[in-house]
Amino acid sequence: MMGGVAGESAIEVRDLRKTYGSLEAVRGISFSVARGEVFGLLGPNGAGKTTTVEILEGYRTASTGTVSVLGFDPAQRQRALRERVGIVLQQTGIYRNIRVREALIHFGGFYPKPRDPDEVIALVGLQEKADATAGTLSGGQLRRLDLALALIGDPELIFLDEPTTGFDPAARRAAWDVVRSLRDLGKTILLTTHYLDEAQELADRVAIIKGGTIVAEGAPRELGVGHASRVRVSYRDALGEQVEQVTDDPTSLLYQLAGDALDRGERLEDLEVSRPTLEEVYLELTADVQEPEVADV
Amino acid sequence: MSDTLALTFRQYRLERRLFWRNPSAAFFNLGLPLLFLIAFGVIFHGNEKELHVIVPGIAGMSVMSGTFVALGHNMVALREQGVLKRMRGTPLPSGAYLGGLALNAVANTVIQILFVLIAGRLLFGIDSIKDVPELVVFLVLGVACFSALGVAFAHVIPNSESAPAYINAVFLPVILVSGVFYDSADAPSFIKDIAQILPLTHLIDGLTGALVKGTTLGDNAGHLAVVAVWTVFGTFFAIRGFTWESRRS
Ligand SMILES: Nc1ncnc2c1ncn2[C@@H]1O[C@H](COP(=O)(O)OP(=O)(O)OP(=O)(O)O)[C@@H](O)[C@H]1O
Ligand SMILES: [Mg+2]
Repeated sequence: MMGGVAGESAIEVRDLRKTYGSLEAVRGISFSVARGEVFGLLGPNGAGKTTTVEILEGYRTASTGTVSVLGFDPAQRQRALRERVGIVLQQTGIYRNIRVREALIHFGGFYPKPRDPDEVIALVGLQEKADATAGTLSGGQLRRLDLALALIGDPELIFLDEPTTGFDPAARRAAWDVVRSLRDLGKTILLTTHYLDEAQELADRVAIIKGGTIVAEGAPRELGVGHASRVRVSYRDALGEQVEQVTDDPTSLLYQLAGDALDRGERLEDLEVSRPTLEEVYLELTADVQEPEVADV
Repeated sequence: MSDTLALTFRQYRLERRLFWRNPSAAFFNLGLPLLFLIAFGVIFHGNEKELHVIVPGIAGMSVMSGTFVALGHNMVALREQGVLKRMRGTPLPSGAYLGGLALNAVANTVIQILFVLIAGRLLFGIDSIKDVPELVVFLVLGVACFSALGVAFAHVIPNSESAPAYINAVFLPVILVSGVFYDSADAPSFIKDIAQILPLTHLIDGLTGALVKGTTLGDNAGHLAVVAVWTVFGTFFAIRGFTWESRRS
Protein backbone atom coordinates (compact mmCIF):
# COMPACT_ATOMS: atom_id res chain seq x y z
CA MET A 1 0.00 0.00 0.00
CA MET A 2 1.29 3.42 -0.93
CA GLY A 3 1.54 6.19 1.56
CA GLY A 4 0.33 4.17 4.49
CA VAL A 5 3.48 4.33 6.55
CA ALA A 6 2.61 5.30 10.09
CA GLY A 7 4.59 8.13 11.60
CA GLU A 8 5.35 9.64 8.23
CA SER A 9 3.87 13.09 7.88
CA ALA A 10 0.51 13.49 6.21
CA ILE A 11 1.53 16.53 4.18
CA GLU A 12 4.98 17.54 3.09
CA VAL A 13 5.58 20.78 1.19
CA ARG A 14 9.05 21.76 0.08
CA ASP A 15 10.07 25.00 -1.70
CA LEU A 16 6.66 25.29 -3.28
CA ARG A 17 6.27 28.02 -5.84
CA LYS A 18 3.33 28.94 -8.01
CA THR A 19 3.20 31.67 -10.59
CA TYR A 20 0.16 32.89 -12.51
CA GLY A 21 1.57 34.68 -15.50
CA SER A 22 3.83 37.31 -14.00
CA LEU A 23 2.31 37.08 -10.52
CA GLU A 24 4.21 34.92 -8.09
CA ALA A 25 1.41 33.87 -5.76
CA VAL A 26 3.43 31.36 -3.72
CA ARG A 27 7.14 32.05 -3.34
CA GLY A 28 8.92 29.06 -1.96
CA ILE A 29 7.10 27.80 1.09
CA SER A 30 7.88 24.67 3.08
CA PHE A 31 5.96 23.04 5.89
CA SER A 32 4.85 19.67 7.00
CA VAL A 33 1.77 18.44 8.77
CA ALA A 34 2.01 15.37 10.97
CA ARG A 35 -0.62 12.68 10.96
CA GLY A 36 -3.36 13.52 13.41
CA GLU A 37 -2.40 17.17 13.52
CA VAL A 38 -4.64 20.18 12.93
CA PHE A 39 -2.64 22.71 10.96
CA GLY A 40 -3.89 26.24 10.32
CA LEU A 41 -2.94 28.54 7.44
CA LEU A 42 -3.51 32.19 8.21
CA GLY A 43 -2.89 35.22 6.11
CA PRO A 44 -4.51 38.22 4.49
CA ASN A 45 -6.56 38.09 1.28
CA GLY A 46 -4.45 37.06 -1.65
CA ALA A 47 -1.66 35.66 0.53
CA GLY A 48 -1.63 32.36 -1.35
CA LYS A 49 -3.56 30.12 1.03
CA THR A 50 -6.08 28.77 -1.46
CA THR A 51 -3.39 28.37 -4.09
CA THR A 52 -1.35 26.25 -1.70
CA VAL A 53 -4.30 24.19 -0.53
CA GLU A 54 -5.56 23.56 -4.06
CA ILE A 55 -2.14 22.35 -5.14
CA LEU A 56 -2.30 19.85 -2.27
CA GLU A 57 -5.80 18.85 -3.35
CA GLY A 58 -4.67 18.19 -6.92
CA TYR A 59 -6.65 21.03 -8.51
CA ARG A 60 -3.60 23.05 -9.51
CA THR A 61 -0.06 22.11 -10.28
CA ALA A 62 3.03 23.52 -8.62
CA SER A 63 5.33 25.66 -10.74
CA THR A 64 8.34 24.29 -8.86
CA GLY A 65 8.93 22.48 -5.60
CA THR A 66 7.57 19.22 -4.30
CA VAL A 67 4.45 18.31 -2.40
CA SER A 68 3.42 14.99 -0.99
CA VAL A 69 0.01 14.14 0.44
CA LEU A 70 -0.36 10.84 2.31
CA GLY A 71 2.67 9.76 0.33
CA PHE A 72 1.09 10.56 -3.04
CA ASP A 73 1.85 13.27 -5.55
CA PRO A 74 -1.56 14.98 -5.71
CA ALA A 75 -0.91 16.22 -9.27
CA GLN A 76 -1.23 12.59 -10.42
CA ARG A 77 -4.83 12.71 -9.20
CA GLN A 78 -4.94 9.07 -8.22
CA ARG A 79 -8.27 7.77 -7.10
CA ALA A 80 -6.65 5.93 -4.19
CA LEU A 81 -5.66 9.31 -2.78
CA ARG A 82 -9.00 10.99 -3.39
CA GLU A 83 -10.73 8.16 -1.53
CA ARG A 84 -8.82 9.12 1.60
CA VAL A 85 -9.20 12.88 1.40
CA GLY A 86 -12.15 15.16 2.14
CA ILE A 87 -12.31 18.66 0.67
CA VAL A 88 -14.20 21.81 1.56
CA LEU A 89 -13.38 24.33 -1.17
CA GLN A 90 -13.43 28.04 -0.53
CA GLN A 91 -16.01 28.38 -3.28
CA THR A 92 -18.13 25.62 -4.67
CA GLY A 93 -21.62 24.71 -5.78
CA ILE A 94 -24.10 21.89 -5.77
CA TYR A 95 -27.16 20.93 -7.81
CA ARG A 96 -29.96 23.27 -6.79
CA ASN A 97 -32.63 20.63 -6.63
CA ILE A 98 -30.74 17.85 -4.90
CA ARG A 99 -31.91 17.03 -1.37
CA VAL A 100 -29.48 17.07 1.52
CA ARG A 101 -29.77 13.39 2.42
CA GLU A 102 -29.88 12.40 -1.24
CA ALA A 103 -26.63 14.28 -1.85
CA LEU A 104 -24.92 12.55 1.05
CA ILE A 105 -26.11 9.12 -0.05
CA HIS A 106 -25.01 9.81 -3.61
CA PHE A 107 -21.57 11.14 -2.69
CA GLY A 108 -21.13 8.36 -0.14
CA GLY A 109 -21.37 5.93 -3.05
CA PHE A 110 -18.07 7.26 -4.44
CA TYR A 111 -16.10 6.01 -1.43
CA PRO A 112 -15.15 2.52 -0.30
CA LYS A 113 -16.31 2.95 3.31
CA PRO A 114 -18.69 5.89 3.62
CA ARG A 115 -20.10 7.10 6.93
CA ASP A 116 -23.78 6.89 7.71
CA PRO A 117 -25.52 9.84 5.95
CA ASP A 118 -27.86 10.62 8.83
CA GLU A 119 -25.01 10.58 11.29
CA VAL A 120 -23.10 13.11 9.17
CA ILE A 121 -26.23 15.23 8.76
CA ALA A 122 -26.58 15.32 12.54
CA LEU A 123 -22.88 16.09 12.94
CA VAL A 124 -23.23 19.32 10.95
CA GLY A 125 -26.64 20.13 12.42
CA LEU A 126 -28.76 19.83 9.28
CA GLN A 127 -31.33 17.34 10.66
CA GLU A 128 -34.22 19.69 10.03
CA LYS A 129 -33.09 20.21 6.46
CA ALA A 130 -32.36 16.60 5.57
CA ASP A 131 -35.18 16.53 3.01
CA ALA A 132 -34.80 20.11 1.80
CA THR A 133 -33.30 20.83 -1.60
CA ALA A 134 -29.95 22.61 -1.70
CA GLY A 135 -31.47 25.58 -3.52
CA THR A 136 -33.61 26.38 -0.47
CA LEU A 137 -30.76 26.32 2.07
CA SER A 138 -29.33 29.49 3.57
CA GLY A 139 -25.69 30.39 2.93
CA GLY A 140 -24.52 29.01 6.24
CA GLN A 141 -26.58 25.84 5.80
CA LEU A 142 -25.06 25.30 2.36
CA ARG A 143 -21.64 25.66 3.91
CA ARG A 144 -22.57 22.98 6.45
CA LEU A 145 -23.61 20.76 3.57
CA ASP A 146 -20.15 21.36 2.08
CA LEU A 147 -18.63 20.15 5.33
CA ALA A 148 -20.94 17.14 5.44
CA LEU A 149 -20.03 16.17 1.86
CA ALA A 150 -16.35 16.41 2.74
CA LEU A 151 -16.85 14.04 5.66
CA ILE A 152 -19.16 11.46 4.08
CA GLY A 153 -16.27 9.36 2.74
CA ASP A 154 -14.75 9.07 6.24
CA PRO A 155 -11.49 10.67 5.05
CA GLU A 156 -8.28 10.49 7.05
CA LEU A 157 -7.13 13.88 5.76
CA ILE A 158 -9.46 16.85 5.49
CA PHE A 159 -8.80 20.16 3.74
CA LEU A 160 -10.95 23.01 4.99
CA ASP A 161 -10.57 26.29 3.07
CA GLU A 162 -12.36 28.89 5.20
CA PRO A 163 -14.93 26.33 6.33
CA THR A 164 -16.86 28.54 8.76
CA THR A 165 -17.19 31.69 6.65
CA GLY A 166 -20.86 32.65 6.83
CA PHE A 167 -21.59 30.65 9.98
CA ASP A 168 -23.50 32.21 12.83
CA PRO A 169 -21.64 32.15 16.17
CA ALA A 170 -23.46 29.03 17.37
CA ALA A 171 -22.80 27.20 14.10
CA ARG A 172 -19.14 28.18 14.31
CA ARG A 173 -18.85 26.72 17.81
CA ALA A 174 -20.60 23.58 16.56
CA ALA A 175 -18.18 23.34 13.63
CA TRP A 176 -15.28 23.69 16.03
CA ASP A 177 -16.68 20.76 17.98
CA VAL A 178 -16.83 18.78 14.74
CA VAL A 179 -13.20 19.58 14.01
CA ARG A 180 -12.18 18.63 17.55
CA SER A 181 -14.05 15.36 17.32
CA LEU A 182 -12.33 14.64 14.00
CA ARG A 183 -9.00 15.29 15.64
CA ASP A 184 -9.94 12.96 18.46
CA LEU A 185 -10.57 10.33 15.81
CA GLY A 186 -6.98 10.82 14.65
CA LYS A 187 -7.79 12.67 11.43
CA THR A 188 -5.37 15.15 9.95
CA ILE A 189 -6.79 18.56 9.14
CA LEU A 190 -5.41 21.43 7.09
CA LEU A 191 -7.50 24.50 7.71
CA THR A 192 -7.36 28.04 6.39
CA THR A 193 -9.20 30.76 8.20
CA HIS A 194 -9.40 34.49 8.71
CA TYR A 195 -10.74 34.01 12.22
CA LEU A 196 -7.81 34.09 14.58
CA ASP A 197 -9.86 32.77 17.46
CA GLU A 198 -10.69 29.80 15.27
CA ALA A 199 -7.03 29.10 14.61
CA GLN A 200 -6.23 29.56 18.27
CA GLU A 201 -9.04 27.20 19.31
CA LEU A 202 -8.45 24.47 16.79
CA ALA A 203 -4.97 24.41 15.39
CA ASP A 204 -2.09 22.53 16.95
CA ARG A 205 0.17 24.61 14.76
CA VAL A 206 -0.35 27.56 12.46
CA ALA A 207 1.64 29.14 9.67
CA ILE A 208 1.09 32.79 8.81
CA ILE A 209 1.51 33.46 5.09
CA LYS A 210 1.89 36.83 3.54
CA GLY A 211 2.73 37.63 -0.03
CA GLY A 212 3.33 33.96 -0.74
CA THR A 213 5.88 33.30 1.98
CA ILE A 214 5.56 31.93 5.48
CA VAL A 215 6.42 34.66 7.97
CA ALA A 216 5.77 32.71 11.16
CA GLU A 217 5.06 29.15 12.11
CA GLY A 218 4.38 27.37 15.36
CA ALA A 219 1.82 26.56 18.00
CA PRO A 220 -0.57 29.49 18.41
CA ARG A 221 0.65 30.12 21.95
CA GLU A 222 4.32 29.89 21.03
CA LEU A 223 3.83 32.33 18.19
CA GLY A 224 2.86 34.93 20.74
CA VAL A 225 6.05 34.24 22.66
CA GLY A 226 8.47 33.89 19.81
CA HIS A 227 7.49 36.82 17.72
CA ALA A 228 6.43 39.31 20.28
CA SER A 229 8.02 38.07 23.43
CA ARG A 230 6.62 40.96 25.37
CA VAL A 231 3.99 41.08 27.99
CA ARG A 232 1.57 43.92 28.35
CA VAL A 233 0.75 45.25 31.79
CA SER A 234 -2.08 47.71 32.15
CA TYR A 235 -3.80 49.34 35.10
CA ARG A 236 -5.49 52.55 36.14
CA ASP A 237 -3.42 54.89 38.32
CA ALA A 238 -4.62 57.02 41.25
CA LEU A 239 -5.77 59.77 38.87
CA GLY A 240 -7.88 57.27 36.97
CA GLU A 241 -5.63 57.36 33.92
CA GLN A 242 -5.21 54.15 31.97
CA VAL A 243 -1.53 53.19 31.93
CA GLU A 244 -0.06 50.55 29.69
CA GLN A 245 3.48 49.23 29.75
CA VAL A 246 5.10 46.57 27.62
CA THR A 247 7.96 44.55 28.98
CA ASP A 248 10.21 41.57 28.36
CA ASP A 249 10.45 41.00 32.09
CA PRO A 250 7.00 41.13 33.62
CA THR A 251 8.14 39.78 37.00
CA SER A 252 10.35 42.69 37.90
CA LEU A 253 8.02 45.25 36.34
CA LEU A 254 5.13 44.01 38.44
CA TYR A 255 7.32 43.88 41.54
CA GLN A 256 8.33 47.47 40.99
CA LEU A 257 4.83 48.73 40.15
CA ALA A 258 3.25 46.95 43.09
CA GLY A 259 5.98 48.14 45.49
CA ASP A 260 5.57 51.77 44.38
CA ALA A 261 1.82 51.59 44.70
CA LEU A 262 1.98 50.08 48.17
CA ASP A 263 4.50 52.71 49.25
CA ARG A 264 2.06 55.41 48.18
CA GLY A 265 -0.84 53.56 49.71
CA GLU A 266 -2.56 53.24 46.33
CA ARG A 267 -4.09 50.33 44.49
CA LEU A 268 -3.43 49.23 40.94
CA GLU A 269 -7.00 49.32 39.68
CA ASP A 270 -8.01 47.02 36.83
CA LEU A 271 -4.59 45.43 36.75
CA GLU A 272 -4.20 43.21 33.73
CA VAL A 273 -1.22 41.23 32.55
CA SER A 274 -1.59 39.82 29.06
CA ARG A 275 0.41 38.04 26.44
CA PRO A 276 -0.02 39.35 22.95
CA THR A 277 -2.86 37.40 21.38
CA LEU A 278 -2.47 35.55 18.12
CA GLU A 279 -4.42 38.43 16.65
CA GLU A 280 -1.83 40.97 17.75
CA VAL A 281 1.01 38.83 16.46
CA TYR A 282 -0.86 38.36 13.23
CA LEU A 283 -1.51 42.06 12.76
CA GLU A 284 2.09 42.89 13.56
CA LEU A 285 3.48 40.32 11.16
CA THR A 286 1.17 41.12 8.30
CA ALA A 287 1.09 44.88 8.81
CA ASP A 288 3.46 45.70 5.94
CA VAL A 289 1.83 43.23 3.60
CA GLN A 290 0.72 45.92 1.18
CA GLU A 291 4.23 46.90 0.12
CA PRO A 292 5.47 43.80 -1.66
CA GLU A 293 2.09 43.40 -3.32
CA VAL A 294 2.23 46.87 -4.79
CA ALA A 295 5.78 46.28 -5.95
CA ASP A 296 4.50 43.24 -7.86
CA VAL A 297 2.07 45.02 -10.07
CA MET B 1 -13.96 -0.79 -15.17
CA SER B 2 -17.22 -2.40 -14.10
CA ASP B 3 -17.03 -0.07 -11.12
CA THR B 4 -16.79 2.91 -13.47
CA LEU B 5 -19.80 1.63 -15.40
CA ALA B 6 -21.78 1.20 -12.19
CA LEU B 7 -20.86 4.72 -11.09
CA THR B 8 -21.80 6.08 -14.52
CA PHE B 9 -25.20 4.49 -14.19
CA ARG B 10 -25.58 5.82 -10.66
CA GLN B 11 -24.74 9.33 -11.82
CA TYR B 12 -27.18 8.93 -14.70
CA ARG B 13 -29.95 7.92 -12.28
CA LEU B 14 -29.29 10.99 -10.13
CA GLU B 15 -29.36 13.26 -13.17
CA ARG B 16 -32.67 11.69 -14.21
CA ARG B 17 -34.23 12.22 -10.79
CA LEU B 18 -33.11 15.83 -10.72
CA PHE B 19 -34.39 16.35 -14.26
CA TRP B 20 -37.90 15.18 -13.39
CA ARG B 21 -37.87 17.20 -10.20
CA ASN B 22 -38.34 20.32 -12.33
CA PRO B 23 -41.49 19.36 -14.27
CA SER B 24 -41.99 22.56 -16.23
CA ALA B 25 -38.42 22.49 -17.52
CA ALA B 26 -38.84 18.81 -18.33
CA PHE B 27 -42.07 19.53 -20.19
CA PHE B 28 -40.57 22.20 -22.42
CA ASN B 29 -37.35 20.30 -22.89
CA LEU B 30 -39.16 17.19 -24.07
CA GLY B 31 -42.16 18.80 -25.70
CA LEU B 32 -40.46 21.27 -28.02
CA PRO B 33 -39.93 18.95 -31.00
CA LEU B 34 -43.49 17.71 -30.61
CA LEU B 35 -44.80 21.27 -30.75
CA PHE B 36 -42.74 21.92 -33.87
CA LEU B 37 -43.98 18.74 -35.45
CA ILE B 38 -47.63 19.51 -34.72
CA ALA B 39 -47.30 23.08 -35.99
CA PHE B 40 -45.76 21.96 -39.27
CA GLY B 41 -48.12 19.02 -39.51
CA VAL B 42 -51.03 21.43 -39.42
CA ILE B 43 -49.43 23.67 -42.07
CA PHE B 44 -48.58 20.79 -44.40
CA HIS B 45 -51.69 18.76 -43.66
CA GLY B 46 -52.32 16.29 -46.46
CA ASN B 47 -49.10 17.21 -48.22
CA GLU B 48 -47.29 13.92 -48.00
CA LYS B 49 -44.10 15.10 -49.67
CA GLU B 50 -43.58 17.88 -47.12
CA LEU B 51 -44.48 15.66 -44.21
CA HIS B 52 -41.88 13.16 -45.35
CA VAL B 53 -39.31 15.93 -45.05
CA ILE B 54 -40.52 17.31 -41.75
CA VAL B 55 -40.64 14.10 -39.70
CA PRO B 56 -36.99 13.06 -40.19
CA GLY B 57 -36.02 16.74 -40.07
CA ILE B 58 -37.58 17.23 -36.65
CA ALA B 59 -36.08 13.93 -35.52
CA GLY B 60 -32.63 15.24 -36.49
CA MET B 61 -33.32 18.54 -34.80
CA SER B 62 -34.31 16.64 -31.64
CA VAL B 63 -30.93 14.94 -31.61
CA MET B 64 -29.18 18.29 -31.81
CA SER B 65 -31.37 20.06 -29.23
CA GLY B 66 -31.37 17.12 -26.82
CA THR B 67 -27.59 16.77 -26.81
CA PHE B 68 -25.71 19.76 -28.25
CA VAL B 69 -28.00 22.46 -26.88
CA ALA B 70 -28.77 20.78 -23.56
CA LEU B 71 -25.18 19.75 -22.81
CA GLY B 72 -23.84 23.11 -23.90
CA HIS B 73 -26.07 24.90 -21.39
CA ASN B 74 -25.53 22.29 -18.73
CA MET B 75 -21.77 22.18 -18.84
CA VAL B 76 -21.47 25.96 -18.70
CA ALA B 77 -23.85 26.19 -15.74
CA LEU B 78 -22.22 23.31 -13.84
CA ARG B 79 -18.79 24.77 -14.45
CA GLU B 80 -19.85 28.23 -13.32
CA GLN B 81 -21.70 26.98 -10.23
CA GLY B 82 -18.63 25.05 -9.15
CA VAL B 83 -20.35 21.66 -9.37
CA LEU B 84 -17.75 20.30 -11.79
CA LYS B 85 -14.98 21.37 -9.45
CA ARG B 86 -16.62 19.71 -6.49
CA MET B 87 -17.07 16.48 -8.42
CA ARG B 88 -13.44 16.55 -9.43
CA GLY B 89 -12.41 16.50 -5.77
CA THR B 90 -14.19 13.20 -5.16
CA PRO B 91 -13.05 9.72 -6.21
CA LEU B 92 -15.79 9.61 -8.86
CA PRO B 93 -13.93 8.97 -12.15
CA SER B 94 -14.31 11.89 -14.56
CA GLY B 95 -15.54 9.51 -17.25
CA ALA B 96 -18.30 8.24 -14.98
CA TYR B 97 -19.45 11.75 -14.18
CA LEU B 98 -19.45 13.00 -17.76
CA GLY B 99 -20.90 9.70 -18.93
CA GLY B 100 -23.79 10.12 -16.51
CA LEU B 101 -24.44 13.66 -17.77
CA ALA B 102 -24.29 12.55 -21.40
CA LEU B 103 -26.57 9.54 -20.80
CA ASN B 104 -29.12 11.87 -19.27
CA ALA B 105 -29.07 13.98 -22.43
CA VAL B 106 -29.31 10.83 -24.53
CA ALA B 107 -32.33 9.65 -22.55
CA ASN B 108 -34.08 12.95 -23.24
CA THR B 109 -33.23 12.66 -26.91
CA VAL B 110 -34.62 9.14 -27.08
CA ILE B 111 -37.88 10.31 -25.51
CA GLN B 112 -38.11 13.18 -28.01
CA ILE B 113 -37.43 10.87 -30.95
CA LEU B 114 -40.10 8.46 -29.73
CA PHE B 115 -42.58 11.33 -29.48
CA VAL B 116 -41.72 12.38 -33.00
CA LEU B 117 -41.99 8.87 -34.42
CA ILE B 118 -45.27 8.16 -32.66
CA ALA B 119 -46.73 11.51 -33.68
CA GLY B 120 -45.46 11.01 -37.22
CA ARG B 121 -47.23 7.71 -37.37
CA LEU B 122 -50.48 8.65 -35.65
CA LEU B 123 -50.94 12.09 -37.14
CA PHE B 124 -49.11 12.12 -40.44
CA GLY B 125 -49.16 8.58 -41.70
CA ILE B 126 -45.41 7.94 -41.69
CA ASP B 127 -46.61 4.41 -41.20
CA SER B 128 -43.66 2.19 -40.57
CA ILE B 129 -39.97 2.64 -40.13
CA LYS B 130 -38.36 1.31 -43.26
CA ASP B 131 -35.03 0.23 -41.79
CA VAL B 132 -34.75 -0.11 -38.01
CA PRO B 133 -31.02 -0.99 -37.80
CA GLU B 134 -30.20 1.95 -40.05
CA LEU B 135 -32.30 4.24 -37.86
CA VAL B 136 -30.53 3.02 -34.74
CA VAL B 137 -27.07 3.40 -36.27
CA PHE B 138 -27.75 6.98 -37.34
CA LEU B 139 -29.33 7.91 -34.04
CA VAL B 140 -26.48 6.44 -31.98
CA LEU B 141 -23.82 8.15 -34.05
CA GLY B 142 -25.81 11.39 -34.18
CA VAL B 143 -26.22 11.45 -30.43
CA ALA B 144 -22.51 10.76 -29.91
CA CYS B 145 -21.57 13.43 -32.44
CA PHE B 146 -23.73 16.22 -31.03
CA SER B 147 -22.95 15.31 -27.42
CA ALA B 148 -19.24 15.68 -28.12
CA LEU B 149 -19.78 18.90 -30.05
CA GLY B 150 -21.92 20.27 -27.19
CA VAL B 151 -19.23 19.61 -24.59
CA ALA B 152 -16.56 20.99 -26.92
CA PHE B 153 -18.60 24.11 -27.65
CA ALA B 154 -19.17 24.73 -23.93
CA HIS B 155 -15.45 25.56 -23.64
CA VAL B 156 -15.93 28.50 -25.99
CA ILE B 157 -18.80 29.96 -23.95
CA PRO B 158 -17.46 32.31 -21.28
CA ASN B 159 -20.36 32.27 -18.80
CA SER B 160 -23.97 31.22 -18.40
CA GLU B 161 -25.44 34.64 -19.17
CA SER B 162 -24.03 34.43 -22.66
CA ALA B 163 -24.71 30.71 -23.14
CA PRO B 164 -28.14 31.07 -24.82
CA ALA B 165 -26.74 33.61 -27.28
CA TYR B 166 -23.75 31.45 -28.18
CA ILE B 167 -25.78 28.27 -28.49
CA ASN B 168 -28.59 29.80 -30.53
CA ALA B 169 -26.07 31.46 -32.80
CA VAL B 170 -25.05 27.95 -33.81
CA PHE B 171 -28.26 25.97 -33.38
CA LEU B 172 -30.67 28.23 -35.29
CA PRO B 173 -28.59 28.70 -38.47
CA VAL B 174 -27.70 25.02 -38.48
CA ILE B 175 -31.31 23.81 -38.32
CA LEU B 176 -32.28 26.38 -40.95
CA VAL B 177 -29.69 25.35 -43.53
CA SER B 178 -29.63 21.64 -42.78
CA GLY B 179 -33.05 20.88 -44.18
CA VAL B 180 -35.07 20.45 -41.02
CA PHE B 181 -37.97 22.40 -42.47
CA TYR B 182 -37.59 21.86 -46.21
CA ASP B 183 -35.99 19.40 -48.56
CA SER B 184 -32.37 20.45 -48.70
CA ALA B 185 -32.36 19.57 -52.41
CA ASP B 186 -34.66 22.57 -52.99
CA ALA B 187 -32.32 25.08 -51.33
CA PRO B 188 -30.20 27.67 -53.19
CA SER B 189 -26.83 26.25 -54.11
CA PHE B 190 -24.69 28.31 -51.71
CA ILE B 191 -26.84 27.11 -48.83
CA LYS B 192 -26.57 23.59 -50.14
CA ASP B 193 -22.77 23.93 -50.14
CA ILE B 194 -22.74 25.09 -46.54
CA ALA B 195 -25.21 22.40 -45.54
CA GLN B 196 -23.05 19.73 -47.13
CA ILE B 197 -20.27 20.20 -44.60
CA LEU B 198 -22.57 20.27 -41.56
CA PRO B 199 -23.28 17.04 -39.67
CA LEU B 200 -27.00 17.69 -39.20
CA THR B 201 -27.67 17.58 -42.95
CA HIS B 202 -26.12 14.15 -43.16
CA LEU B 203 -27.85 12.90 -40.05
CA ILE B 204 -31.19 14.01 -41.50
CA ASP B 205 -30.38 12.40 -44.85
CA GLY B 206 -29.64 9.15 -43.02
CA LEU B 207 -32.81 9.39 -40.96
CA THR B 208 -34.82 10.12 -44.12
CA GLY B 209 -33.37 6.98 -45.65
CA ALA B 210 -34.31 4.90 -42.65
CA LEU B 211 -37.74 6.44 -42.04
CA VAL B 212 -39.24 7.20 -45.45
CA LYS B 213 -37.06 6.35 -48.43
CA GLY B 214 -36.02 2.87 -47.45
CA THR B 215 -32.46 3.31 -48.67
CA THR B 216 -29.93 1.03 -47.03
CA LEU B 217 -27.00 1.75 -44.76
CA GLY B 218 -24.71 1.03 -47.70
CA ASP B 219 -26.44 3.75 -49.73
CA ASN B 220 -25.93 6.18 -46.88
CA ALA B 221 -22.36 5.27 -45.96
CA GLY B 222 -21.17 8.67 -47.15
CA HIS B 223 -23.54 10.45 -44.77
CA LEU B 224 -22.45 8.19 -41.96
CA ALA B 225 -18.82 9.02 -42.70
CA VAL B 226 -19.38 12.78 -42.46
CA VAL B 227 -21.14 12.43 -39.09
CA ALA B 228 -18.31 10.16 -37.91
CA VAL B 229 -15.68 12.73 -38.86
CA TRP B 230 -17.53 15.41 -36.88
CA THR B 231 -17.75 13.00 -33.95
CA VAL B 232 -13.99 12.54 -33.92
CA PHE B 233 -13.47 16.27 -34.24
CA GLY B 234 -15.94 17.01 -31.44
CA THR B 235 -14.51 14.37 -29.12
CA PHE B 236 -10.98 15.69 -29.59
CA PHE B 237 -11.94 19.23 -28.63
CA ALA B 238 -14.32 18.09 -25.88
CA ILE B 239 -11.44 16.32 -24.15
CA ARG B 240 -8.68 18.74 -25.01
CA GLY B 241 -10.40 21.92 -23.97
CA PHE B 242 -12.02 20.53 -20.87
CA THR B 243 -11.93 22.87 -17.89
CA TRP B 244 -13.38 22.10 -14.51
CA GLU B 245 -13.43 25.69 -13.31
CA SER B 246 -14.44 28.98 -14.81
CA ARG B 247 -11.46 30.86 -16.10
CA ARG B 248 -10.65 34.01 -14.23
CA SER B 249 -10.71 37.02 -16.43
N1 LIG C 1 -6.23 31.13 -11.29
C1 LIG C 1 -5.57 32.26 -11.01
N2 LIG C 1 -5.10 33.03 -11.99
C2 LIG C 1 -4.43 34.17 -11.72
N3 LIG C 1 -4.16 34.62 -10.49
C3 LIG C 1 -4.60 33.91 -9.46
C4 LIG C 1 -5.32 32.69 -9.66
N4 LIG C 1 -5.63 32.18 -8.45
C5 LIG C 1 -5.13 33.04 -7.54
N5 LIG C 1 -4.52 34.07 -8.15
C6 LIG C 1 -3.83 35.18 -7.46
O1 LIG C 1 -2.89 34.60 -6.58
C7 LIG C 1 -2.87 35.28 -5.34
C8 LIG C 1 -3.16 34.32 -4.21
O2 LIG C 1 -4.49 33.90 -4.31
P1 LIG C 1 -5.14 32.87 -3.30
O3 LIG C 1 -6.52 32.57 -3.78
O4 LIG C 1 -4.23 31.73 -3.12
O5 LIG C 1 -5.20 33.74 -1.97
P2 LIG C 1 -5.81 33.41 -0.54
O6 LIG C 1 -4.71 33.50 0.44
O7 LIG C 1 -6.59 32.15 -0.57
O8 LIG C 1 -6.78 34.65 -0.33
P3 LIG C 1 -8.23 34.76 0.38
O9 LIG C 1 -7.97 34.90 1.83
O10 LIG C 1 -8.79 36.02 -0.19
O11 LIG C 1 -9.01 33.54 0.01
C9 LIG C 1 -3.87 36.41 -5.46
O12 LIG C 1 -3.16 37.59 -5.78
C10 LIG C 1 -4.76 35.99 -6.61
O13 LIG C 1 -5.23 37.11 -7.31
MG1 LIG D 1 -8.53 31.67 -0.31
